[in-house]
Amino acid sequence: MSQRIPVKELTDSFRGRAVGALADAQLRTNFRVAMDSLMKKRADAFPDEEEREGLRELGNHIKARALSRLPDLLEQLEAKLTENGVHVHWAETTEEANRIVHTIIESKQGSQVVKGKSMVSEEMEMNDYLAERDIECLESDMGEYIVQLDGEKPSHIIMPAIHKNRRQVSKLFHNKLGVDETDDVNELIQIGRRTLRKKFLEADVGVSGVNFAIAETGTLLLVENEGNGRMSTTVPPVHVAVTGIEKVVANLRDVAPLLSLLTRSALGQPITTYVNMISGPRKADELDGPEEVHLVLLDNGRSGAFADAQLRQTLNCIRCGACMNHCPVYTRVGGHTYGEVYPGPIGKIVTPHMVGLDHVPDHPSASSLCGACGEVCPVKIPIPELLQRLRQENVKSPDEPAVVQGGGSKYSWKERALWRMWMALNTRPTLYKCFLWAATRLGKLTPKNLGPWTENHTAPVPARRSLHDLAKAHLNAEKTSGDRS
Amino acid sequence: MSARDNILKKLRAGLEGSTPRPDQFDETLVTEPWQYAPEDRIQRLRSLMETVHTEVYTLAAANWPAKVQELLENRRLANLLYAPGTGHGQQLAEFWAEAAAEQNLLAYDRPIEEWKEELFWQVDASITGTAGAIAATGSLVLWPDRHEPRLMSLLPPLHIALLKASEVEDNLYVMMEKQNWPAGLPTNLLLVSGPSKTADIEQVLAYGAHGPKELVVLILEDA
Ligand code: SF4
Repeated sequence: MSQRIPVKELTDSFRGRAVGALADAQLRTNFRVAMDSLMKKRADAFPDEEEREGLRELGNHIKARALSRLPDLLEQLEAKLTENGVHVHWAETTEEANRIVHTIIESKQGSQVVKGKSMVSEEMEMNDYLAERDIECLESDMGEYIVQLDGEKPSHIIMPAIHKNRRQVSKLFHNKLGVDETDDVNELIQIGRRTLRKKFLEADVGVSGVNFAIAETGTLLLVENEGNGRMSTTVPPVHVAVTGIEKVVANLRDVAPLLSLLTRSALGQPITTYVNMISGPRKADELDGPEEVHLVLLDNGRSGAFADAQLRQTLNCIRCGACMNHCPVYTRVGGHTYGEVYPGPIGKIVTPHMVGLDHVPDHPSASSLCGACGEVCPVKIPIPELLQRLRQENVKSPDEPAVVQGGGSKYSWKERALWRMWMALNTRPTLYKCFLWAATRLGKLTPKNLGPWTENHTAPVPARRSLHDLAKAHLNAEKTSGDRS
Repeated sequence: MSARDNILKKLRAGLEGSTPRPDQFDETLVTEPWQYAPEDRIQRLRSLMETVHTEVYTLAAANWPAKVQELLENRRLANLLYAPGTGHGQQLAEFWAEAAAEQNLLAYDRPIEEWKEELFWQVDASITGTAGAIAATGSLVLWPDRHEPRLMSLLPPLHIALLKASEVEDNLYVMMEKQNWPAGLPTNLLLVSGPSKTADIEQVLAYGAHGPKELVVLILEDA
């Protein structure tokens, strides 16, 4: 099969990259081991099914309620944050968001930025944008740091370097940082700690993401285990948080269940080591903390998903990663195969709104619809349903209005005509009988090459007698024997 | 039109004809599974924190400064960062003077800009108070202010936290209610549930990623 794929497609398409990933035994082991352990941790963290289901229902309710008043909540959040002394910016595109961040850094004549983990900044490709403008933007989450050092992208939204094992990390540190190789994970982490601590000290600006933005109090809440998020938001004189517009929740109490769902679903932890709630810059008499805090609210296609009541549920997502941990496709092909910032099931339903369905036409179809993702999602996003909906959107004919940008990219009149024929065959008894007669008699004439099907299968040969026929004969025989007795 | 107006306009168009969902927050879902009898509450906190490598000691309120000194001595640490403007800070300083303890007390009494290098590289340990703790998740509540700045619980390799036994609550929801958080949050409110850690390499747990490598909690029983 691989010979049939042109070289360009090998790296430029989901299919091509999947072929490569599936052949990489090391990669497959790394993912299999990691996903198995993450699944077990989650299961252990929710021992009581009733409790878990009640909490998921509540999580869904909180997000749906927030989305049902999203514009008002965003305004309330902005007003509260402003009152607290935080500058709020809005960006429709990633380009705009980057420009805003760059302007803030420039106004401080900054040249060094440290970044806590933020998927939205990955969406923006902020590191590259700033590097092109001579600003160093360093990842400070251990996993992100490793990935950045190797010129790669994260392969998992919670565990960015999950595709690497310790030997690969040790080699990388040796090559890039000039340290001795070691198999000791503790030692590797300490190398990262020393290198990055110096960077925290020097940084002009700290960038972070946001897990929940609370409208009621004007608070940005961040969760993490390492402390790099606290470093990035506390040490540099300026803190810039970037987040998607869907992260706002109404009340502070709403985060009690969401936090519990997030950390248990993601890592199986009752809570992360740090929950960092930022409600303003350093006050005049305080001795540390940033003097300026900014929040950049990014749309980047989210309002497109929002416009459709079904697809809007995509925005419930709290980015826990559980759907990818439980996805049989993700586990086998790994995060990089998706070729986009968000991999796995969540990537498949959110990316089309960001880059257009025509850019990721295989995303909605790269799923067996087994349903595991929807079953574990802590905010009950019906991911399989949304995948089916996106499949439909992507085969819509050009005359129908596109609901998702780039929709209809897989439309083919041939396919459409074939299905029409199939429908006619199956809804008109006379036609169906003729077809059956022909298929059972002329089965031998079935072509040997049936397109993609015969790449991996032998061509099917219709049976000489249809099931219908056989059943009829069987019933008749029974009837006769029944009559006799 | 600004980006703000465009975004809000699009969102409002998407909501046309719909009504906001009513608030049906069922608080029992976040409280009932996480309730403990008074005698179990501290035990729960303790065991959760110990699972993530936190050292926990319960002692009579009057004895804590001596315990702090002992902790430093055992680890052969040279100095301790403290908050001179707090009650426990003063208590500590008095004890230190009386005991003629040899470890250096470093007062966090000036803006970070004036001693960033020293704070980053030369401080061995710190001691802070807490605003209570949460039994359900094994979390300390830290409420930094001008007297006890936020970096005290982050930069030094060893962080010692004082917790009053009477201030341990069942769960986060109850804590928010009791302390009425929505009425006024500090610039940086923190939940701390162990020393800094990471599992980013092969999911192997390693402590002391960027924050403290060790967390010690002293639970003070009321006299
Ligand atoms: S879609 Fe659900 S399971 Fe997947 S990351 Fe988002 S919240 Fe988690």
